[in-house]
Amino acid sequence: MDWAAIALSVRLSAWTTAALLIIGLPIAYWLTFSPRRWKFLVEAVVALPLVLPPTVLGFYLLLALSPQSPIGQLYGRLTGSTLPFTFQGLLIASVLYSLPFAVQPFAAAFAAVDRKLIEASWSLGVSRWATFLRVIAPLARPGLLTGMILSFAHTLGEFGVVLMVGGNLPGVTRTASIAIYDEVQALNHEAAAQTSLFLLVVSFVVLAVTYALQRDRSVRWPLHL
Amino acid sequence: MAAALVADFGKRFSSGTTIAVELRLETDTAPVSVLFGPSGSGKTTVLRCLAGLERPDTGRIGFGDQTWFDAATGICLPPQQRRIGYLFQDYALFPHLTVTENVGFALRGARAARQARIASLLRLLDLHGFEERRPSQLSGGQQQRVALARALATNPRLLLLDEPLSALDAPARAPLRRELRRVLSGCGIPTLLVTHDRVEALALGDRMLVIVDGQIRQSGPVHEVFSRPADLAVARTVGVETVVPGRVIARADGVCTVEAGTARLTACDPGDVEGDVFVCIRAEEVVLERGSLSRMSARNHFSGRITAIQTEGQLLRVTLDCGFPLAALITRSACEDLALAVGETVTAVVKAMAVHVIPRDGTAPSTTPADR
Repeated sequence: MDWAAIALSVRLSAWTTAALLIIGLPIAYWLTFSPRRWKFLVEAVVALPLVLPPTVLGFYLLLALSPQSPIGQLYGRLTGSTLPFTFQGLLIASVLYSLPFAVQPFAAAFAAVDRKLIEASWSLGVSRWATFLRVIAPLARPGLLTGMILSFAHTLGEFGVVLMVGGNLPGVTRTASIAIYDEVQALNHEAAAQTSLFLLVVSFVVLAVTYALQRDRSVRWPLHL
Repeated sequence: MAAALVADFGKRFSSGTTIAVELRLETDTAPVSVLFGPSGSGKTTVLRCLAGLERPDTGRIGFGDQTWFDAATGICLPPQQRRIGYLFQDYALFPHLTVTENVGFALRGARAARQARIASLLRLLDLHGFEERRPSQLSGGQQQRVALARALATNPRLLLLDEPLSALDAPARAPLRRELRRVLSGCGIPTLLVTHDRVEALALGDRMLVIVDGQIRQSGPVHEVFSRPADLAVARTVGVETVVPGRVIARADGVCTVEAGTARLTACDPGDVEGDVFVCIRAEEVVLERGSLSRMSARNHFSGRITAIQTEGQLLRVTLDCGFPLAALITRSACEDLALAVGETVTAVVKAMAVHVIPRDGTAPSTTPADR
């Protein structure tokens, strides 16, 4: 089993999940509570990775992150390095690719919070930010957890985007799914089988734990009394 | 300067309905004003606009010398800056927090001071022993009291109550109505209470504003609005009947004696009524008689002079002065048989069961001596 590749996958997934928590929560909040009419456009953009072939997303990302692009130039000026075929570039790609897996459960969880509870907090003089921390986030916790776990699991299994943006550099961008592909190409089926089984078991355990936790919570905290 | 909430605003909905509201609440005397209207008349929207939870399209809302909303300048203070207490119809208690955490949700400052405040509110609302419960472990009435304690906790300048008792079943309502009256008159905070329930309006309100189709049609002391609706729309909404302030002077054997004006009425004792009450008699329950009365089961006989006779569809409304104003609804043929005319003296007969007594515990600031 390629432990280096698995470790890299786990590291990438953890960073992606953390980044999605920071980026995804405000997007989901805005999508849920904004009165703007054109927010369906943003919803569509966020959902794009669900239907777009990873190669298409990877291709555009490669263009956008290249040292010639404005983003690449800015990154180069700030850090002195480039984004494609690095862990950082891979992280940006993963965040975009898993965006809907975080934002959609977050937004669904926010929307399920009784609007009156939010208004009750506001009319008590509690600020929007404090209301988010003390009312919305605690009540949306099962949905937030789902979004985070889905992001983690989805990043763990991504392949096409990684191949396009990250390439296949051992220890830098060679994730578990790419390692499996390489082993199969090299007719090394036994190693491929081990890593595959590992990913299968990890994914199943993660999802099972998620659903078990959610069931538990929905019993303990009925949202509608 | 007299502190007052002055609102004059309009709001249009995509469904085509509009509300156009003009109201003024004196806030230095802390009375309870009731916003009364049928469902769909825009009551809750008015409350939400006052709270800052909804934004009117036109007009102005001012509280004292502070502007809460002004369409002309684009000012619209968020609810956080209005310092109000809002009681939602279904209470909107935070389900993930305990009673203590709900009541103390918006309290700031030192821990000891917060705890003292919470404890005094729980004592006021009789919630001792429920500190660690969650809302789902409370009865409807207890939830209502927790929500009220939470709304009172931050000493709001104005209390807005949206149908505070409607989510409760009937048996729980009567004691809580009295409790609410006691708390509202004790806390000294001007209150606007939305309801479509006549008993609630009579039991809790000092003043009443009647809203029909998004417009305030009449405002004044509660019993006056009930007894003298300004127009047909108000009359249809409040349901016409005689409403007079009175005082319970005796209770025995399931009946109580109430003094109203110069008259004494016998009514069925609805429970533990005492002190100030409203006496309500529906016009269709009043029987008019001429001449001497034979013995009969009805407990109330009032001799009175007819002050007005008005047509009301197929029927006639006869208003008497029998120590208090009393309205009777009779047929035209009955009127002819009895040869009724303004100025004549007749006897009104009302069964004790038809005299409804609504308790008004606590002080009633707007019930002026002139009304007695």
